[in-house]
Amino acid sequence: MDKIESPAESRKLLDKITHDLTRSIIKKDELTRFWFFILIMFAGVGLWGWIIQIQTGLGVTGMRDYVSWGMYIANFVFFVAVSLIGFLISSALHLLKISWAKPVSRVAEQVAIAAVALAGVIIIMDMGRPDRFLNIFLHGRFASPIIWDVTVITTYLVISLLLFYIPLIPDLALLRDRMGNELPKWKLKLYTILALGWKGKAEQYKIIYHAMRVLMLLIIPVGLSIHTVTSWLFAATLRSGWDTAILGPYFVAGAFVAGTAAVIIVMYIYRLRFGLKEYFQDLHFDYMGKLLVFVCLVYLYFNINEYLVPGYKMKLADGIHLKELFKGNYSGMFWLVQIIGLLLPIVLLLFRYFRKPLPIAIISLAVMVSAWFKRYIIVIPTLEHPFLPVQNVPENFQNYSPTSIEIMITLFSFFAAITIISILAKLFPVITIWEYAEEQGIDKKYLSEKPKN
Amino acid sequence: MKTLGVSIGIAGVTGSSSLLSSCTRVENNTGDKIKLLTSSGELVEVDKAQLKPADLPSLTENQKRGRLGLPGRSWVMVIDLSKCRNARECMKACQNHHQLRPEQHHMNVLQMQDAEHTAPYYMPKPCQHCDNPPCTKVCPVNATFKRDDGIVLIDNERCIGCRFCIAACPYSARVFNWFEPRDAEKYAGVTYNIEANVPQKRGTISKCLFSADRLRDGKLPSCVSACPNGVYWFGDRNEDAVTNGTTKETVSFNELLQKNAAYTLMEELGTKPRVYYLPPKDRAFPFQGEIQNDHKS
Repeated sequence: MDKIESPAESRKLLDKITHDLTRSIIKKDELTRFWFFILIMFAGVGLWGWIIQIQTGLGVTGMRDYVSWGMYIANFVFFVAVSLIGFLISSALHLLKISWAKPVSRVAEQVAIAAVALAGVIIIMDMGRPDRFLNIFLHGRFASPIIWDVTVITTYLVISLLLFYIPLIPDLALLRDRMGNELPKWKLKLYTILALGWKGKAEQYKIIYHAMRVLMLLIIPVGLSIHTVTSWLFAATLRSGWDTAILGPYFVAGAFVAGTAAVIIVMYIYRLRFGLKEYFQDLHFDYMGKLLVFVCLVYLYFNINEYLVPGYKMKLADGIHLKELFKGNYSGMFWLVQIIGLLLPIVLLLFRYFRKPLPIAIISLAVMVSAWFKRYIIVIPTLEHPFLPVQNVPENFQNYSPTSIEIMITLFSFFAAITIISILAKLFPVITIWEYAEEQGIDKKYLSEKPKN
Repeated sequence: MKTLGVSIGIAGVTGSSSLLSSCTRVENNTGDKIKLLTSSGELVEVDKAQLKPADLPSLTENQKRGRLGLPGRSWVMVIDLSKCRNARECMKACQNHHQLRPEQHHMNVLQMQDAEHTAPYYMPKPCQHCDNPPCTKVCPVNATFKRDDGIVLIDNERCIGCRFCIAACPYSARVFNWFEPRDAEKYAGVTYNIEANVPQKRGTISKCLFSADRLRDGKLPSCVSACPNGVYWFGDRNEDAVTNGTTKETVSFNELLQKNAAYTLMEELGTKPRVYYLPPKDRAFPFQGEIQNDHKS
């Protein structure tokens, strides 16, 4: 957009933008309190489940010697998948100079941080001996894909936090300078500390641009790695259904589907709850819808490769696995996931109507749920069919079904992730104010002005 | 030819002679005698003043020597499928030795049928102690490892319970302590023995260890000794000798394999097992029954 020349007009527009985008931080109401109460209560119930699991052993889950990875690992893969959207939107689209993605990038980073942080927590909850967690660092063996996963997930979390924080600094200074009267003391103090004495000088902006560019480039290999390495946890084994070379790109493609859907849902909630219709416009949902169609098409291509090629040959063990998915115990789940999570969004989102905010938010929710069950289908059926027969063990060793403790702990992860996103949304503006103002043609010098009262 | 039987005998003699030498070293006798059973099964009388707590290796010492293995050895097992009649004495002995719960099997006798019209047979299935083990590769903390003598072992004190090794093992050889292990209270204070993986610990892995602790004592693995039907041969590939656990007969390892067309399980996976199978032909105890709980269709 063209630069606005008149200072008065610039100041007026900036005031409006600041007012709109800080509403979420300043506004206090019962609904917010109730929301946090619900989140923390459910997360607490889930944590209680983990305490029971620690006291009794992993036997409280439905997992046994054959299906030794269950819902936790499926959930872990889901969270790693969702986190990948941070890399796609705030790095890949930024570097391609796709400007509509700018207001969405902070939402994408929120989702990425919450998802990858919880992925780390879930994996600890899956351990038989969480008390020996430090052994990973004391005795870590770099030949194990788990160590690769620990390395890249930690790196990804750090880079995502930085990609969230660095563009936030000018906004924090803005809040510090302008919102003094409307904020509680502790919040103001927090912003003052986190703003790192930002003054809005040209060289300071230069540092920020430079740092962000470096981080955006760095996150590309790391982002691709986290999900590729997560897929290798499976692909590195000899089991049918996992033992394929395509698993890495297949997982990455699936991750973009889940993550795009997650960002659309969060965008929709912010738009509704914080009154940001002018910021998360219909246009953004339209573009996100097109992006979702695109990533779904890529994922469809990998799905066809993943199922059609072994399905054509039907080698003994592969055949047992695929029959189980196509027409066996898992057929209902399999076809629902493939149709609702993959075919339906591709078809529906081709129509402009379904790319409007509400319809696309509903479709995205369906895609998210399907994406979760898709991970379940990737992890569990394979383990139910080892090469050698399952014999001389109790009935529940043969077929896996999650217990209530597992469901509790899985729900904990969801509520904890939503809590992290909610806290970030209540503490910091959900759209980068300075970037947005600049897009609207406001000169940077007005940003660091103190308003005259 | 040096046989395992002879080496067991030598181990017994050296064991008792060292016991005697330790007796003579002590001077002051009280006259109070006490009867003791030695590890080789002899009843001996010792003066009370000479009693000292046994010199068991400490945990770190045990872990250290457990990782090294027995020098110069290369253990192998041969399972003769034509002899197995599903007596399950091996499974019982194994569960007792390794303090396993009834549903936990280091050694599992499976009812197999390779194809629709082929004859069904019983197949005892221990850990295959692969020379290219998929399980040790994936362990993030080096809690499971391959020793120089060929045995794949587990360090229960280090395992974090991620169960990646279970996922990696194509032979379903590994079990997990989902609950408190059997007799957990009884063995609460006992020092961990890495070569028998006892006492078992909740939240960690276990599997067949070829009874590495018994091998150190010059004995055959529990399952091999317990078999009433002569199914198992066990020995040292370097010596080219395997001993039958039932008949105590010792033969050439290579000859046994070649004469009987031995094979390994799923050799196409490239895991290079150390457990060899002799095909179930001319079976002493034919098995006609239906395959139960079979997941392989």
